[in-house]
Amino acid sequence: MAVCVAVIAKENYPLYIRSIPTENELKFHYMVHTSLDVVDEKISAMGKALVDQRELYLGLLYPTEDYKVYGYVTNSKVKFVMVVDSSNTALRDNEIRSMFRKLHNSYTDVMCNPFYNPGDRIQSRAFDGMVTSMMIQARRGKESLVARAPGAWSPEEAAKGGAEDL
Amino acid sequence: MEGLTLSDAEQKYYSDLFSYCDIESTKKVSANGRVLELFRAAQLPNDVVLQIMELCGATRLGYFGRSQFYIALKLVAVAQSGFPLRVESINTVKDLPLPRFVASKNEQESRHPTSYSSDSENQGSYSGVIPPPPGRGQVKKGSTSHDTVQPRASVDQQEPVSPVVSPQQSPPASPHTWRKHNRHPSGGNSERPLAGPGPFWSPFGEAQSGSSAGDAVWSGHSPPPPQENWVSFADTPPTSTLLTMHPASVQDQTTVRTVASATTANEIRRQSSSYDDPWKITDEQRQYYVNQFKTIQPDLNGFIPGSAAKEFFTKSKLPILELSHIWELSDFDKDGALTLDEFCAAFHLVVARKNGYDLPEKLPESLMPKLIDLEDSADVGDQPGEVGYSGSPAEAPPSKSPSMPSLNQTWPELNQSSEDTAIVHPVPIRMTPSKIHMQEMELKRTGSDHTNPTSPLLVKTSDLSEENKINSSVKFASGNTVADGYSSSDSFTSDPEQIGNNVTRQRSHSGTSPENTAPPPPPPRPQPSHSRSSSLDMNRTFSVTTGQQQAGVVAQPPAVPPRPQPSQAPGPVVHRPVDADGLITHTSTSPQQIPEQPNFADFSQFEVFAASNVNEEQDDEAEKHPEVLPVEKSSDPASSRVAKTDSKIEEKTAASAPANVSKGTTPLAPPPKPVRRRLKSEDELRPEVDEHTQKTGVLAAVLASQPSIPRSVGKDKKAIQASIRRNKETNTVLARLNSELQQQLKDVLEERISLEVQLEQLRPFSHL
Repeated sequence: MAVCVAVIAKENYPLYIRSIPTENELKFHYMVHTSLDVVDEKISAMGKALVDQRELYLGLLYPTEDYKVYGYVTNSKVKFVMVVDSSNTALRDNEIRSMFRKLHNSYTDVMCNPFYNPGDRIQSRAFDGMVTSMMIQARRGKESLVARAPGAWSPEEAAKGGAEDL
Repeated sequence: MEGLTLSDAEQKYYSDLFSYCDIESTKKVSANGRVLELFRAAQLPNDVVLQIMELCGATRLGYFGRSQFYIALKLVAVAQSGFPLRVESINTVKDLPLPRFVASKNEQESRHPTSYSSDSENQGSYSGVIPPPPGRGQVKKGSTSHDTVQPRASVDQQEPVSPVVSPQQSPPASPHTWRKHNRHPSGGNSERPLAGPGPFWSPFGEAQSGSSAGDAVWSGHSPPPPQENWVSFADTPPTSTLLTMHPASVQDQTTVRTVASATTANEIRRQSSSYDDPWKITDEQRQYYVNQFKTIQPDLNGFIPGSAAKEFFTKSKLPILELSHIWELSDFDKDGALTLDEFCAAFHLVVARKNGYDLPEKLPESLMPKLIDLEDSADVGDQPGEVGYSGSPAEAPPSKSPSMPSLNQTWPELNQSSEDTAIVHPVPIRMTPSKIHMQEMELKRTGSDHTNPTSPLLVKTSDLSEENKINSSVKFASGNTVADGYSSSDSFTSDPEQIGNNVTRQRSHSGTSPENTAPPPPPPRPQPSHSRSSSLDMNRTFSVTTGQQQAGVVAQPPAVPPRPQPSQAPGPVVHRPVDADGLITHTSTSPQQIPEQPNFADFSQFEVFAASNVNEEQDDEAEKHPEVLPVEKSSDPASSRVAKTDSKIEEKTAASAPANVSKGTTPLAPPPKPVRRRLKSEDELRPEVDEHTQKTGVLAAVLASQPSIPRSVGKDKKAIQASIRRNKETNTVLARLNSELQQQLKDVLEERISLEVQLEQLRPFSHL
């Protein structure tokens, strides 16, 4: 489950950071901070020329024994960092992606608000609500994961899949 | 203005009123604010009030000077007495009672706004606001007085403790009113019987002087005029506060004349926020909001951009955070701009907030913008019910679909429903292939086919949707009509392929390589004719040069040289049924399905066979069969089984069987005949060449042949061996097919990704 969600501005200061077990916040803040280095590394690794084709979802930044940290960068270099509990092994990559997508959408909505000055802390209640739902849902979600498998490809599957797929 | 003669009482009264209204002490009162409250409290019909204002010249001047004000008051009295409004009536009507300003609503509620007005940083008391709940109480007529005072007093005392009340409750009285009460007793219950006319409200801001003057006036008028309908002085403070509420309606009438100044806007905003069910917008308010909207954006159907709205609402002097929240609530479609409905909702929320109501977490239903025609909102009087947002669309969760076009395409949400216009709510498209496909198909289906220039989408969907290029070609076939429309447009993918198909077809006869057909399509999309994926359509293979065929041959070692010959002959034959069927699919899918070729070839041959019943087809089949041989052998038993009639491959194999039989390659002679019959029937049954189904049929047949093999084990050793051989060949064929299809899949995915990137690039990024 997402135990911590952070939105980092382009200049690497936090716009929004929130963690679920609120007593251990400092640890998560620290993890997010250290993960920024990894994010930068991944961004630079893509190369300047490919910045447009760079995938926004960065994937697993670094795992610890308890947590995994995922990263996501927008085209405006705003970074979303999510710390996920490692015990939630069943959290699929797709789910993480969808969570980041929702984050990005909500962030966009916040940006759309003319009263929001870019660079301010994000104080939107809608954004908070979305993050809360994500943190809680992630906790619930791991039990009810649906495995959508594009994985194994076999002729039968292709045949059937092709037929179904239209 | 004509000379206005006022009696002493009138003079005092009017001056008191004027000073009450003249908040800024500028000796003139703008046509809003207290004046409007006052007029509203006069309980005159709105049009009368308008007339009065017009008569007194305020409309001309844009404000009320003292004389205008006095005249207006006189006219109010005139109107209240039932006399027709005439300019001359000012002086002609004798013994005119003082104009009465009544509040018909609950005093408590009127107190609330006033209290909050005092609480708020805005100068001047603000008036009006929350209209009391309907049942709340008419102004107490005579009876009132102490009784009302006391409960009110208690209420007032409670108020300061909990000033902020949820919308459901009546607005709390203000400490202000409480103060009033204090003043009150001092001023006098003696003054109570004021009745009638006096400016019952105590001018909070101006307070003391006004009130004292008022008291004086009141005392002067102690004999209550007969027509007074409210009460006693005790009631006055509340009623006065109520009065402030009423001007809101009057004010709405006069909003047109309102000078759009910041303070004005604030006052108006404050005064006009009367709503029953706390979030319901009354007609007057709505009219007011609409007018305000017009000042920013003349087109009622247009948008107010975020920056303009920000300036406008910043004038309300609410904290930015609250304004931000209000924006989030009211910007329903999250597009950074406010439509009329959104604007009204936002305005209403601002007013509510200014009056002390907490902002809701979610937009109340009555404030939801409805998706009906905005012109309706203009006819406030006519459609009070409609204006009430009863028909609001289903509540949308606070997290709305992102309306930024650039992000919409790439950052969809699962639970987002596509909204009405594509402009505002583009259909979200997911990144994952399946979803993208689904949604693109949905886009396609939603009628954007012919009108939407995003034919790439159309084409892309067809490409993406199928793991099998054949499928895409099928799509092209079905979408050909659409593609034709696009031929001159940017449907680069569909057209080229179709063109390529045509070209290929034409060139097939000439035996040009499929690579030649590639150039026409502009997009970098690998053409179906690319030899990279070695699977080739038999037709195309036949029509294709040997080079291409060699690629196909490579994929199929058992492929036999005689192919080129049959390629020519069956080419036209093959195409004929294709044309006859109106499907161009074959050619487009040719290059990639080498392993399927035999089956496809068989199939097409079968079709041809069925269509034209040409014997040479059989020869063609026979010729093609050498390629198919390995498969055929495995499929022969299957065909011989005659078990699966719905499997094309079986048909093909059956076709191949006869060919084999004709060639004498298979030991099994009898099966072909029944198979042939079956083939015919099935061919007739199957007019269309669905290559996708072909492929599946191939696979299915091949797979189907597997289980059928064991049956033959017991029959014949040779059959067993043959079946073993066939199975092995089938396995290899299938393995090749698998690899090739996976290759195709990768290619398609790459294309898709590149196209998505292009889309992203093409869509303007409006955020940072």
